[in-house]
Amino acid sequence: MRLLTHNMLSSNIKGVVNGFPLRIEVEKVVEKQVDFNPDFLKNMFSKIEWKPLVDASRAMGYAELPEEAESSMLDSHDFLQRFHHALLELHLEEGALICPETARRFPVNKGIPNLLLHEDEV
Amino acid sequence: MWYLCVFYHRLLDYRKAEVESLAELFGENGDHKGGKLEWKLPLHHHPDSPFHFVDLSSDDIARNIANRSILVKGMYELWGVGSDYEELQESIKTFPEERKSPYLLQGSTFKISVESFGKAISFQEQNERIQGLAYIPFKGQVNLRNPDHKFSLMEAADYGLNNGLPPVAQRTIFFGREVGGADRKLIPTYQLKSRTYLGPTAMDAEMAFLMANQALATPGKLVYDPFVGTGSILVGAAHFGAMTMGADIDIRVVRDGRGPDCNVWSNFKQYGLPPPIALLRADNNLPPWRPGLKEIFDAIICDPPYGVRAGGRKSGGRKLLKGTVAPYTVPDDKRTDHIPSTAAYSLVECVHDLLNLAAKMLVMGGRLVFFYPVLREEDCVFNQFPEHPCFTLISSSEQILSSRYSRVLLTMVKHSSYTKEMAEAAKLKHEEFRENHLKWLEDGNLHSAVFGPTIDPRLTVAGNCNATKDPKPKYRGKYV
Repeated sequence: MRLLTHNMLSSNIKGVVNGFPLRIEVEKVVEKQVDFNPDFLKNMFSKIEWKPLVDASRAMGYAELPEEAESSMLDSHDFLQRFHHALLELHLEEGALICPETARRFPVNKGIPNLLLHEDEV
Repeated sequence: MWYLCVFYHRLLDYRKAEVESLAELFGENGDHKGGKLEWKLPLHHHPDSPFHFVDLSSDDIARNIANRSILVKGMYELWGVGSDYEELQESIKTFPEERKSPYLLQGSTFKISVESFGKAISFQEQNERIQGLAYIPFKGQVNLRNPDHKFSLMEAADYGLNNGLPPVAQRTIFFGREVGGADRKLIPTYQLKSRTYLGPTAMDAEMAFLMANQALATPGKLVYDPFVGTGSILVGAAHFGAMTMGADIDIRVVRDGRGPDCNVWSNFKQYGLPPPIALLRADNNLPPWRPGLKEIFDAIICDPPYGVRAGGRKSGGRKLLKGTVAPYTVPDDKRTDHIPSTAAYSLVECVHDLLNLAAKMLVMGGRLVFFYPVLREEDCVFNQFPEHPCFTLISSSEQILSSRYSRVLLTMVKHSSYTKEMAEAAKLKHEEFRENHLKWLEDGNLHSAVFGPTIDPRLTVAGNCNATKDPKPKYRGKYV
């Protein structure tokens, strides 16, 4: 699971109001190379919640993202590289996503987050 | 400018829609997007003819369309047309000299190929026909491998009705310069029989590419498939450079596959394609996207489960939803390995969820491309498709699957953003649609319509003469 995915997901258990961002429990992180595509990154930037991305990348052991970001920074190649690395190349292979409200564990195995709810959660 | 657009003679209903999508992708009509192209048929040709004329603004657009299209064999600048070779010669002679001469220059290389539709032309006859073109002043050298200019002599035969194809009314011979041609290696490379990981409803490569073309997949775009399965649809989008993302409710498919070298990832690796950006296990009925997330996907392409070959599932047990068992809590010590029960997910509900998801998650102008099943009954000409106030249907192309049912590829474009009012309007539309058109799609009706036994009309004729007036069986058993 890449951090782009993490940034899109929330816990949708019935009754949970604020299921975003999911806390990351890390067991194994791998880095997977992805082709650098500045247009895609610029496109995604406006849709990303920045703070959760920074926190998530820290949890995955990458602390190179600035605390705050704005669209003017997209002109910097260095910034784009870091953004690219954090968003697309850090990959949670094994671990879990934890619902911030109920602490429900959504397991991540072989890089696939399992967000299916139990019967008593729908 | 008019170009002769020659199609492969298959998936007839998909041909123009594909060219129109690609024309938009390559910038035809400039900012005036979604504009239909102008089409013309050669004299006395049936609409199903593989020969069409299409109006495009430049050679570049025509070439780009032909190179990427799945159903276009080639785009040609027409130099001459006739019902016999004398007429063709006259026609080529009257074609403006200044349009011909740049391609006939000394020092250039060229190749002429002969193609036929509706009959076979032997190698010797082909040679004779090429030699018959000696009146065209070719000054260049022949090069069959890698010519500068390709010419094509195409003969549509005058054949009867007996071969089952629609007749091309009159013998027509076309001669033209090829502006762009199809990549004929594409489909053999991706064909399903050489794919390592397959599911029962894997989308065939040709259709997956067509869907990717309808969705305008290009580098830098993000394409999502909510029923990803083995990833067969996303492979098409990834081939055209799009970033892909997929979800499925069945964790065995997305996570495990059939082992480390036979899973969704390996299907992309096999062709050297970038793997999906994300695969996740989620329920389309209860999507896990964060509340504020919207307009992130450029296209959503999918083949929803119709309940014919594979049925859809959603969260919540069948008995729970029916109320047969009371809601229960999963004990804490069993939570980790608990397998949540799922219930059948009817196509009606599935399409409703899909339209709403797409309305919310697609960017403005983004495309939703999906298949929708249709029953083929004589007295039930079904042409009512699901609608959503945020979308315009731009094309619907039918593919006949059996004598009982076919599937229609719907392409919709998002034109307004998803608001509360839109959601309300969508709900009303859905209710109305469900009431009026979808009875047959509920609860396995489609399955029984497709697989149920029919009554042989000959038997009814013998037994009861009145039965001929009503040959359609009233009852079909649920199981074969």
